[in-house]
Amino acid sequence: MNSLFPSIVSRSQSSGLMNFFVPIISIVLTLITGSIIFVLLGFDPVYALYTFFISPISSTYGISELFVKATPLALIAIGLSYCFKNNIYNIGAEGQLTMGAIFGGGIGILFHDTNAFWLLPLMIFAGAIGGALWGLIPAILKTKFNTNEILTSLMLVYVALFILDYLVVGPWKDPFGYSFPKSRPFSESGRMPLLFDGLRVHFGLIITLFLIFVSWFIFSKTIFGFQLKVSGYSPKAARYAGFNQTTLVFFAFAICGAFAGIAGLAEVSGPIGLLYRDISPNYGFTAIIVAFLGRLHPIGIIFASLVIALTYLGAEDAQLFLQIPSAVGFIFQGLVLFYLLGAELLINYKLTYKKLL
Amino acid sequence: MSDTILNIENITKSFPRVIANKKVTFDIKKNAVHAILGENGAGKSTLVKILYGLLEPDEGNIKLNNKDFKVNSPAEARKQGIGMVFQHFSLFDSLSVKENLILGIDEKMSYSDLENKLENISSRYNLPLDLDAPITALSAGEKQRVEIVRILLQDPQILIMDEPTSVLTPQEVESLFVTLNALVKEGRTILYITHKLEEVISICDTVTIMRSGEIIDTSSTANQTAKTLATKMLGQKLDDLKTNYEHIKDEVNFEVKNISCDFNDPFLTDLKNISFQVRVGEIYGIAGVAGNGQSELMDILTGENINIKSGSITFDNKKIEKYGPQKRRDLSISFVPENRLGHSAVPELSLSENILLSQFPKNNFIKNGIILKNNVNDFANNVINEFKVITPGNDAKASSLSGGNLQKYVIGREISSKPKILIISHPTWGIDAGAEHSIRESLIELSQNGTSIIVISQDLDELIEITHKISVIYDGNLSKPFKTSEIEIEKLGLLMGGKNE
Repeated sequence: MNSLFPSIVSRSQSSGLMNFFVPIISIVLTLITGSIIFVLLGFDPVYALYTFFISPISSTYGISELFVKATPLALIAIGLSYCFKNNIYNIGAEGQLTMGAIFGGGIGILFHDTNAFWLLPLMIFAGAIGGALWGLIPAILKTKFNTNEILTSLMLVYVALFILDYLVVGPWKDPFGYSFPKSRPFSESGRMPLLFDGLRVHFGLIITLFLIFVSWFIFSKTIFGFQLKVSGYSPKAARYAGFNQTTLVFFAFAICGAFAGIAGLAEVSGPIGLLYRDISPNYGFTAIIVAFLGRLHPIGIIFASLVIALTYLGAEDAQLFLQIPSAVGFIFQGLVLFYLLGAELLINYKLTYKKLL
Repeated sequence: MSDTILNIENITKSFPRVIANKKVTFDIKKNAVHAILGENGAGKSTLVKILYGLLEPDEGNIKLNNKDFKVNSPAEARKQGIGMVFQHFSLFDSLSVKENLILGIDEKMSYSDLENKLENISSRYNLPLDLDAPITALSAGEKQRVEIVRILLQDPQILIMDEPTSVLTPQEVESLFVTLNALVKEGRTILYITHKLEEVISICDTVTIMRSGEIIDTSSTANQTAKTLATKMLGQKLDDLKTNYEHIKDEVNFEVKNISCDFNDPFLTDLKNISFQVRVGEIYGIAGVAGNGQSELMDILTGENINIKSGSITFDNKKIEKYGPQKRRDLSISFVPENRLGHSAVPELSLSENILLSQFPKNNFIKNGIILKNNVNDFANNVINEFKVITPGNDAKASSLSGGNLQKYVIGREISSKPKILIISHPTWGIDAGAEHSIRESLIELSQNGTSIIVISQDLDELIEITHKISVIYDGNLSKPFKTSEIEIEKLGLLMGGKNE
């Protein structure tokens, strides 16, 4: 006879197969839990899940929207993987995104009546700089004062949001905006070009795919990627090798900040077209889930960003058709992360049913 | 007086790739201090963890007072009358002594009850405590007192002490012994885990010696000397020397002078005025029981720690004590730290990638920041072939190799870079006899080709077999060097136990 509950036994080697299956397991468990929640709310779970996950992408417009949402998620997530691979827990991508939007958007406001080919590249560049500088603050605090980057990067999110708040109700307020807390709209050449007529999917998607490819190259082919990996796996081995850990921390934060900054700029110069208070529905935080769901791998992150983007769209449709608050989207995101962290156990441990004596 | 309290029968416990306890059998007498003596890795900790309910044995029985004893958690063990004081304290630093004591006990108790009980315990066993002091303000000895009191509050029959003196000052050790004697007088039994010979003789009644997971001997300490214990703990000599002294040049190419280093950390050993010289082609051994400053010294020799208080390291007429690892490698110094998994190699990476760890700035491995995989693979294949590493290929993960094969690979990587000096810690720790032999052989061959080697090891047989000179490190002090061909194993054993005759 076997015991009722399995016991957890350490694997002598971590399982590559499980590394692949963990995200899938967590998504399946999320769907099951989601159905239970829908049933408890009194909905037909099949209909609810259909509304949440299928109907949002059953039109061309829906698919375009999926890519619009997935773009910033994937871009920030790939940036975060520079930090996470190095075991640096940068939780402040939302702030770096905001700073990127402020820097890049600032250029857009400054040149609001200029139409020139260089405007958008300059805005993208400024966005990257803004995000990188904001990312470097926790890096400096960590390397000089040994502060915990989780706290500092998180706190800086709110600082960045307040700065944006101040700018759009203060100095950068649109003089013709009827006192609404928003800036002037950017000029036409300060906007991300649309990829297809009538759809909102924009050039930011191309930038994101390009940066994902570059990151794949860096992670797998360069000594810099190797150093990130080694110091993430084993700081002692990195010290033995003589890698400069301080430099690695700086680079990881700067790159992550720059990517988040570009994502922020792509949002304001893409679908939004100006600066205002709520430029991001927590993309910077949700991207953390995307990064882990994608196992910090470029291809994985692409798929993960689509899955999580769908929870945003599904939440909107659920609100529309089922009259459920759109916060249900966050519940799904939370469930994915919850199950993901739980299922990670299976990579290094296995469950066995012991024989009872 | 001589009743048996605990029978341990045929306890076997294996971990992936290691058998930590092999059919361990012995009895512990009531009302005595029973020592378990052995080197690190001998299986002492595994055994006590089984007794304390932290591990489950694969096979075997334990009887407490002639009744079957089986526990699944420390809480159960405590209920049955077994308490344990760990080497590393488990106290909440920011809480007071009183709060820690309340948190540590399983049943509910009011502060006033606790205080009454404590007064009793403190006076009876020579354990004075300031109840309101925060843990951070206490010395290591006082923290240990808190741990002991916490266990005594539950009135255990058997008290397990794991390396209790490792962080204590000599005065604190004296006072601990007074406490232990008082406990035994009352009828309790102490299981005393240690690798220190002198302590066994001065305080223990019976000693069980473990080596490589097996019981070597259980006997009374009455007729033992530190010498006889050392021989049993370390094992017999294996082979005769194979080294010769002819190829060693008179020229000193590595000199450590008066290195001192304070860590201000009870878990690290301060280094005290360490000096030694290594000549070209010489193998210099540093013997000692773990925790006497070896890893601290290794970090300073490799450049992983360059914050020394005073002293200098000279190599080829250059002062290098402020150089980091990469800069030292540029001067043709190689090192292999003790730990394979996660220090000298990254288990999650492939064998090829592990080449890069210590060899990347050289060898045409990198061009414009891009790794030239073919060159790295060639180097890896060479190491695999030349050092007979058994592996499916250079893309196998380091963690998939057996300890011996991985160690051959790591040492092969360093030898292949043709170093002028190789600094290596515990070269054959935890590996099979075949790999051990081939590693020692390659080290001897390397020295004959003119490379100086520094070997830090706990394995005296190994040092006797391959080195030309040996010093002993004890409590951060390094003894003068002895010519290996003229030294006796007992003499080294005594120095390792801190006895300087």
